Amino acid sequence: MNDILTGMAEALRLILTLDPTLIEISLRSLEVTVSATIIASLISLPLGAWLAINRFRARRFVIAFLNALMGLPPVVVGLLVYVLLSRSGPLGVLGLLFTTSAMIIAQVIIITPIIASISHQAIRELWADYHDLLISLNTTRWQRIKALLWDGRRALLTASLAGFGRAIGEVGAIMIVGGNIDHATRVLTTAIALETGKGNFALALALGFILIALAVVVNLALHLLSKTERSSLW
Amino acid sequence: MKFYVGIVLWLLSAVPLAAEELKLAVTTSFANSGLAEILLPAIAEGTGIDVQLLIVGTGQALKLGEAGDVDAVLVHSRAAEEEFVASGFGTHRREIMYNDFIIVGPTDDPANVGLATLATEAFAHIAGAQAPFVSRGDDSGTHKKELGLWKAAGIEPTGDWYRAVGQGMGAALNTASGMDAYILADRASWLNFGNKGDLTQLFGGDPALFNQYAYIPVNPALHPHVKAVAAERLEVWLTSDRARALIEGYTIEGQQLFVFNAER
Repeated sequence: MNDILTGMAEALRLILTLDPTLIEISLRSLEVTVSATIIASLISLPLGAWLAINRFRARRFVIAFLNALMGLPPVVVGLLVYVLLSRSGPLGVLGLLFTTSAMIIAQVIIITPIIASISHQAIRELWADYHDLLISLNTTRWQRIKALLWDGRRALLTASLAGFGRAIGEVGAIMIVGGNIDHATRVLTTAIALETGKGNFALALALGFILIALAVVVNLALHLLSKTERSSLW
Repeated sequence: MKFYVGIVLWLLSAVPLAAEELKLAVTTSFANSGLAEILLPAIAEGTGIDVQLLIVGTGQALKLGEAGDVDAVLVHSRAAEEEFVASGFGTHRREIMYNDFIIVGPTDDPANVGLATLATEAFAHIAGAQAPFVSRGDDSGTHKKELGLWKAAGIEPTGDWYRAVGQGMGAALNTASGMDAYILADRASWLNFGNKGDLTQLFGGDPALFNQYAYIPVNPALHPHVKAVAAERLEVWLTSDRARALIEGYTIEGQQLFVFNAER
């Protein structure tokens, strides 16, 4: 209990004094996770929509597979990306291991199935309403996907934020592929793991509180900007 | 489509191109000692090299060197290091400094470790009393040292009292602190550790507990991309008088942690 109070006080102190290390690792956390969320959304939102409007033989299997991938263990993803990017691995020539790029790649793999599954679910319901209209207008497949993505944007924002939430708090994969290098690949979650290892529970907790606050601020900001909770819109 | 190509290019552009970055795999015990925070700025000042530390166990550090994912390693497990160099993964092994291990345990010391005169004797006391003992169990230098001590004491550590956690020094110390168990730790990690609980240092000073650190550059013949020139300049710096002064001048709670012993 004492550690929690000390942790809160420490968190406040770090924020109020604008601790340069804290700002650096917080910005890197945001850089990695926001990049991963944007890339994963660009892949998975169209994919979710495409799965919702197309009927093909393996569709059920693909959807079940995507849903199952939501539970991908980050440490396994990390290890796979590590083996691929290692100098002795197939993509070693790129020299990406232990860089923020490697961390972004790992997080994209982790959150793409989540965003795709949630957006598929949302768009499937929208498609049931839009089906007759869009078919009768003789729209192309791409036009239908665009219409559904635009009109379902609020639900899709939630899908992307679910991915963001998973990624910002993730430590297993980015620890392996990033290496937790000070001033290069250290982010909030890996710093928390490091401080826990040193027995500095108060500082580790302080960083944890800051991580939670950061996630809340990002979510709030996006909801305000996209005006999802306008009073006129029920 | 253009968009996705752009993303791939953007990902690739994030690759650091600066010439003077060097990746060095070091052990958790070195990193936890806090000496790195003193040495790294001095290295940057003296050589212009920005050393990026990968903090892992000795086993993993040597694996990173083997794969060419780091430019050099600074580790402490002589047998494994000599094998690494003999297999051609490293160019040579250069001893830099040593620190020592201590045995930490609960203050009331049920196994009477504090009364032992030799490290092997202390280990025999722990095994005899079946007192809880936390082992790193992660193939690190500290773990190898511990296994060597059990072997020297003629004991096969098995049973409920012997708990291998398979984690780094800090995590293992946290576990020992939570269970009031005995543990072999390097002095630096112990002094810097913030969650001592009821644990205290019970035994130390036996030369059998000395812990030699050696620097091994990764073989550029095997991995042409490694920064061999920078690795050599770092070696020159690590064996310099400036390094000696900083290493020997580093103290925690008034205790000197490292003894510089590089041959020149």
